[in-house]
Amino acid sequence: MTQQPLALINARLVNPASGTETRGGLLIMDGVIADLGGAVTKDALPAGARVIDCAGDIVAPGLIDMRAFVGEPGAEHRETMASASAAAAAGGVTTMVAMPDTHPAVDDPAVVDFIKRRARDTARVRVLPSAAITKGLRGKEIAEIGLLLESGAVAFTDGLRSIRNAQVMRRAMTYARDFDALIMHFAQDEDLAGSGVMNAGERATRLGLGGIPVEAETIALDRDLRLVNMIKGRYHASLVSAAPSLEILKRAKDAGLKVTCATSINHLTLNENDIGAYRSFFKLSPPLRHEDDRLAMVEALASGLIDVIVSDHNPQDVETKRLPFGEAEFGAIGLETMLSAGLRLVHAGQVSMARLLHALSTRPAEILGLPQGRLQKGAPADVIRFDPEEPYVLDPALLHSRSRNTPFDGAKMEGRVKLTVVAGEVVWG
Amino acid sequence: MADTNSPNPFPHRHLLGIEALSAPDILHLLDMADEAVALSRQVEKKRSILRGRTQINLFFENSTRTQASFEIAGKRLGADVMNMSVATSSVKKGETLIDTAVTLNAMRPDIIIVRHQESGAVDLLSRKVDCSVVNAGDGSHEHPTQALLDALTIRRNKGRIEGLTVAICGDVAHSRVARSNMVLLAKLGARVRVVAPSTLLPAGIDRMGVEVHRNMRDGLRDADIVMMLRLQLERMSGAFVPSLREYARFYGLDEEKLAWAKPDALVMHPGPMNRGVEIDTAVADGPRSLITEQVEMGVAVRMAVLEALAQNLPNL
Repeated sequence: MTQQPLALINARLVNPASGTETRGGLLIMDGVIADLGGAVTKDALPAGARVIDCAGDIVAPGLIDMRAFVGEPGAEHRETMASASAAAAAGGVTTMVAMPDTHPAVDDPAVVDFIKRRARDTARVRVLPSAAITKGLRGKEIAEIGLLLESGAVAFTDGLRSIRNAQVMRRAMTYARDFDALIMHFAQDEDLAGSGVMNAGERATRLGLGGIPVEAETIALDRDLRLVNMIKGRYHASLVSAAPSLEILKRAKDAGLKVTCATSINHLTLNENDIGAYRSFFKLSPPLRHEDDRLAMVEALASGLIDVIVSDHNPQDVETKRLPFGEAEFGAIGLETMLSAGLRLVHAGQVSMARLLHALSTRPAEILGLPQGRLQKGAPADVIRFDPEEPYVLDPALLHSRSRNTPFDGAKMEGRVKLTVVAGEVVWG
Repeated sequence: MADTNSPNPFPHRHLLGIEALSAPDILHLLDMADEAVALSRQVEKKRSILRGRTQINLFFENSTRTQASFEIAGKRLGADVMNMSVATSSVKKGETLIDTAVTLNAMRPDIIIVRHQESGAVDLLSRKVDCSVVNAGDGSHEHPTQALLDALTIRRNKGRIEGLTVAICGDVAHSRVARSNMVLLAKLGARVRVVAPSTLLPAGIDRMGVEVHRNMRDGLRDADIVMMLRLQLERMSGAFVPSLREYARFYGLDEEKLAWAKPDALVMHPGPMNRGVEIDTAVADGPRSLITEQVEMGVAVRMAVLEALAQNLPNL
C-alpha cells in the first residue's frame, strides 16, 4: 500500500544536524523525506499530494525522548502506551525510549517483545524499549544483555535506580562493551541520597525536609566515568542536575571517552524555589537544584557539553502525588510540554533554536544509532510543525497523559506543536 | 462587639508556623496568653468563648503532653474537644491524608489541631478543610505553639526577649522546635545561637541568621537562656553521634557546662527529657530550670491561639 504524498510548504525548515535554516517545503513519500528545500513549492508537487501550507511556521525533525516512563505493563492506571504516545504526539515527540521500570521490569526478552507489540498495536509514535542493566532492576546480577539486544532493546538502564555496587557496574559495562551496547545510567549514590526528598541546603532546612546533596550525583558519576575510562564502553549519563557534574563530564569527554549525557527539561527551566510550600509536583529525582545549577545546565546545553534534553516523563496519580511532600512519589510528566518549555530558553536568548532542536532530535538519534532526527532526503519522515511564538496557558485538563502531575500547571508558554508526522502519517494536528 | 474600625489584631485563619506571623501578631498572642495564665490559676477556669465549637485533636504521631495541653486549653474555653489518635502504625493504607481531611471536614469541626510526622503535612491538610487548623508539629518543619510557649516563659522570667542571647542546643537538624524558636526569637530581636555537633546541624544553617557553634563552651558563653533539645534516641548509636555517653559528655547540660553561661541564665527543655543524656537531673530539677513552668505556659499559649483563631471563625 502506498502512502498519499504529503507536502509541507511555505515553512521555515530548521535542520539541527547542520544548524541551517531555509525557507521552503518538505515532500514526504512512502514514509520518507523525498525532497526538501526552496524547490518544494505548491506548483512542483506530484499528483494527488496532500498539501499543508505552514504559513511560515518551523518544520523540524520530530523529537526523540531518551527517558520516558510509560506505566505499561503494570501501572496502566497511570499511563498506557496509547495515552503516553498521544501525549508524545501532541508534544511533537515522534520517538520515545521507554524505561524498563515496569511490572514486570523489562529484564526479559519476552517483555521487550510485549512492549514492541503493544506499541505497534496502540501507540501513535515510535516506542523503543530500553532494558534493565540488572535483573529486576535490583542492582545485583547482570541482565541478559545479548538476548535483550537481539529482541530489540535499544539501550540498557536501571531507569530510576542507580547501581550501588561498583563491581556490578564494572561487570555490566565490561559485558555490554562486547555487544557495543549503550549503558544509560542514572548516577546517584543511594546512601548519600538516603531519605532525602529535595536538594540539600537552606531551602530544605527551612522546609524541614531531608536533603539530597549534589555530591550524591557527582560521586556516583565520577565513579562511573572512572570505570568507563578503565573499560572504554559506551556510557550515557541519563540525567544530570548539578553544576559540578559538568566538570566531571567535560574531563571524560576531553579524554576521548565515549560518554554522552542528558539533563531534563525540568532541570533546565525550574529550580528548588519552585517547590514553594511543599508542592509535590516539583518533587523530582534527581531533585530540582539551586538556580546556579540550572544556569550551568543551560550554559552546558548551549555549548554542547550536555548532549540531550529528556522529558523524564513520569506519570503519577493522585494517590502517589497528593500526599505530604516527603511521602509523595518522585516524578513529573513532560512529553507534551517539553518543546514549549524548551522554547523558553530560545526566547530568553540563552540557546539557539537549532541547538535546542539538536539536543531534542539529532543528537539522541546519533547516540541511539537511529536514522530519524534529521531533515534530509531518504530519512524517515518523522517531522513536526510548530509556531515558536504561539502563546498559551497550560491547562492540565487538556493534556493527553492519563496522569496530571505537570510542574507547568497554569504556566504561560510560548510555542506550540501544530502538526506531528511519524513515518509520513499525521498523528497530531 | 468588636470595634469594626480597628484592624484585626490577628489576621490569620490558621496557625501553621511562626514563619507567617509578624512580630505584632506574636506579641498579641503573648499578651492574650498572659491573661490565660491568670485565668488558669483561678478556681473557676472556664470561659465560654468556644461554646458550641467543635475542636478535633488529630495526632498522627503520639504525644501525650501536647495533646493533653490542647485538650485542656479547648475545654477551658468551652469547646467540645474530641481526640483522634492515629498512631503511625495504624494509619490505614489507602486512606490518604487528604481523604482524612475531607472526611473530618464533613463533620463540620471549627478547629482542627494536627500533628503529623511529615513536614508540610499540616499545610496540605489546611488547604482541604473549611475550618481553622493549628499545627501541633509537622515533621522537622515547625511547632509554633512550642515556640510561643517558650517565648512566653522567657518573657515572664526575663521581662523581655529583645536583646537576650538564647542558645539552642542539641539535635537542631531534626528539630521542629528549633526551627520555630529560631524564627520566633529572631523576629522578636533576640540573639540566637545554635550549638550542636556538625552531624546534627542542617545544611545551610549558617545562612539562617543564627550564630553557629560546635562546642558548648563557646555556645553558652554569656547566654541568658539555655534551651536544650530532645535527642531522638533512634538517631543515636552511630548514626549521627557515636554513643549516648559521648554525647552526654560533650553536649549534655550539667552544672559544669551551665556555669559557662551567665550567672542568671535559665534552662529550658521542650520535653520529654532524656535525663542523663541531653540534660542532667541536677540541672533539670534545679533552681534555674523553667521546664515545669513551660508546661503551664503551654496551656495558656494554646488558649490564646484558640481564642485568636476563634475570633476569625464565621459566626453564622
